[in-house]
Amino acid sequence: MVHKQAGALTLVAALLLSTAAVAQDKRVVTWNGNFDPIPLAATEAMIADFEAAHPEIDVQLTNFDHEAYKNAIRNFLTADPPDLATWFAANRMRPFVEAGLFADISDLWVSEGLTEAMASSLPSMTIDGKQWGIPYTFYQWGIYYNRDAYAAAGVALPGPEGVTWEQFLTNCEAFAAAEIDCLTTGSSALWPVAGIFDYLSLRVNGYEFHRDLAAGRISWTSPEVRAIFAEFARLQPFVTENHAAIDWQDAAAIFAQGQAANYVMGNFAVGVFKQGGMTNDNLGFMVFPEITPGIPRAEEAPTDTIHLTSGAQNPEDARTFLAFMASAEAQTKWNAAVGQLPTNKNATVPADDPFLTEGFAALSTATGGIAQFWDRDADAEYAKAGMEAFQQFLVQPEELEAILERLEQTRLRLYPQ
Amino acid sequence: MAQASDMTAAVPLRRAARRWNQRTVAPWLFLAPGLFMFTVYVLWPIVQSITLSFYDWNGLYDQDGQFTGTFVGLANYAELMTDPAFETSLWNNLKWLLLYMLALPIGLFLAIFLNQTVRGIRIYKSLFFFPFVISQVVVGLIFSWFYAPNFGLLYLLTERITGDGTAILAEPDMVTYGIIAAGLWPQIAYVMILYLTGLNNVAPDQVEAARLDGARGWRMLWYVILPQLRPATFIAVIVTVIGALRSFDLVSIMTNGGPFGSSRVLSFYMFEVALGEFGFRMGYGAAIAVVLFAIMMVFISGFIWKMWRDEKER
Repeated sequence: MVHKQAGALTLVAALLLSTAAVAQDKRVVTWNGNFDPIPLAATEAMIADFEAAHPEIDVQLTNFDHEAYKNAIRNFLTADPPDLATWFAANRMRPFVEAGLFADISDLWVSEGLTEAMASSLPSMTIDGKQWGIPYTFYQWGIYYNRDAYAAAGVALPGPEGVTWEQFLTNCEAFAAAEIDCLTTGSSALWPVAGIFDYLSLRVNGYEFHRDLAAGRISWTSPEVRAIFAEFARLQPFVTENHAAIDWQDAAAIFAQGQAANYVMGNFAVGVFKQGGMTNDNLGFMVFPEITPGIPRAEEAPTDTIHLTSGAQNPEDARTFLAFMASAEAQTKWNAAVGQLPTNKNATVPADDPFLTEGFAALSTATGGIAQFWDRDADAEYAKAGMEAFQQFLVQPEELEAILERLEQTRLRLYPQ
Repeated sequence: MAQASDMTAAVPLRRAARRWNQRTVAPWLFLAPGLFMFTVYVLWPIVQSITLSFYDWNGLYDQDGQFTGTFVGLANYAELMTDPAFETSLWNNLKWLLLYMLALPIGLFLAIFLNQTVRGIRIYKSLFFFPFVISQVVVGLIFSWFYAPNFGLLYLLTERITGDGTAILAEPDMVTYGIIAAGLWPQIAYVMILYLTGLNNVAPDQVEAARLDGARGWRMLWYVILPQLRPATFIAVIVTVIGALRSFDLVSIMTNGGPFGSSRVLSFYMFEVALGEFGFRMGYGAAIAVVLFAIMMVFISGFIWKMWRDEKER
């Protein structure tokens, strides 16, 4: 009896060892990312789908803390590069492209037909005429509004086309009379106010002008830029007091409680609003109103990307995974789980989420272009200087001349004419 | 005769050589590990930082591991002269230095107050010391909630008194003082413990003699107690100066340098410029670090000179 059991045990052990040996034969693709919990779950599901379709490849994801990753990437791209790394588009990826740390995957874009399927993201992934990564998700920005706050102040709800700019400002005065903040923001991390500035810039002067402004080609003392700040000044008295001491989640709490009526934010905030108690009934979305008539509408849609590193150990299988991630099916599934929009235009958006549907429609009909957000369109130091200036303007609008002068000095230093 | 003089000449030489071998080498052997660590972890990085401040480098190596910086000489320092953020940081550092010195008198008075033999005094001493034990990050976080608009205790208090709440961390003129107040809380506890230890070493016979001579209150404190607390004061000053110049955690947690850079200090600015999310300028950050090092060296040299002088007198 005992001998048989020992024999059975040995047989089982041998079988297990051999399966382990078979597992060792899988080819490994390493991937470093910095996903928050909900996107992480969606990513792991996507990896499981990929491994089911390609059983000989094992994708190993190392997930970093969201903010710590932005420092760690500068080290590991040289010291210990993974095959794949997540990052952002436009000028945010420029330092790594120029140091040769990301690999050129223009051939993958052509072979998978992505130049057609992801045409709207193509400009933001292109530097020097080549493509350096695959975008897999983006999300629209716009104005979220609290229907209950509108009702409390007796202001008519925006129609399906949104409101006009003049109507928006008139509404602001009604909100102020009802002691509700017309517009809330939490500027302690600086980037939320850049969203407001970007939209004012896109609406006053258009996408090409905004892109040139972010690239340092336009003077801050020019009349067109002053026009942006003039509109900004009209909005300034209606912004939440003390926004410089709160972050965007605190402002989201103010918005969810009905103490503020509008919030210029990205779609990722919907989850936070709903956690604060808002529902599809009292949460509304509208595109930012037109200011200068006739300008083709441009929208902000920051894109998250994944890159093949130039130090990759297994570039072949990594490319296979990139192709999978660029496909419409994978993007549909991932973005539906996370509540964001796929970059592949052949992907579909869940019909029961009104914000995603409206966002997808807004972005698909944005004939003016898709901006990446100030901190990705502009070079790092220039972006920081700009965001500090926007925050200062909202706190000290009377310092406009000094602010513009300082921005201009920074521009001339960074981009010598 | 010549032989004898030769021998007498030879003997002191040999004895001197032996003295050099044993007595003079031994201290160096004991110091060697410490010196080695100090050189590798303190001196070499200082030299590296100073060298880096003459380059313009974005912190990245290219795919072959090559350094991607370019030599720019003193350009970083020239730019520092005209940088408004650097000027703000310098002024803020000055405010930190001056106001942090308040920890000394407050710490001293707390120590004198707690220097009694009431029952349970040790519990009170521990409670007063507790702020220093908490991590600076936690102190910063709690104080930022204390100052926060809409729900912070200080905000609600100012709203009750003046009708319009003041969010200290949102006001560019008050934000540095708010952060210094948060930093003083643990620093006072630290200085208090230093003085409590010093008060334990105050000679009771001198105090008795002074009391017999009619000294009391302020005169007793100034003429009898404080001179005996000189070593404790010296250490407290060193620790407070270094704490004031090093104040990175609080600024980073409470305001991240804001609003729009009003609460920046040199230690935070150099991190922001070199290692922050939008900072890709290692050379410029190194230049700021060198300036901060120079400021610290002024104080450190003063301390070392005084300690060396005290040792020589002994």
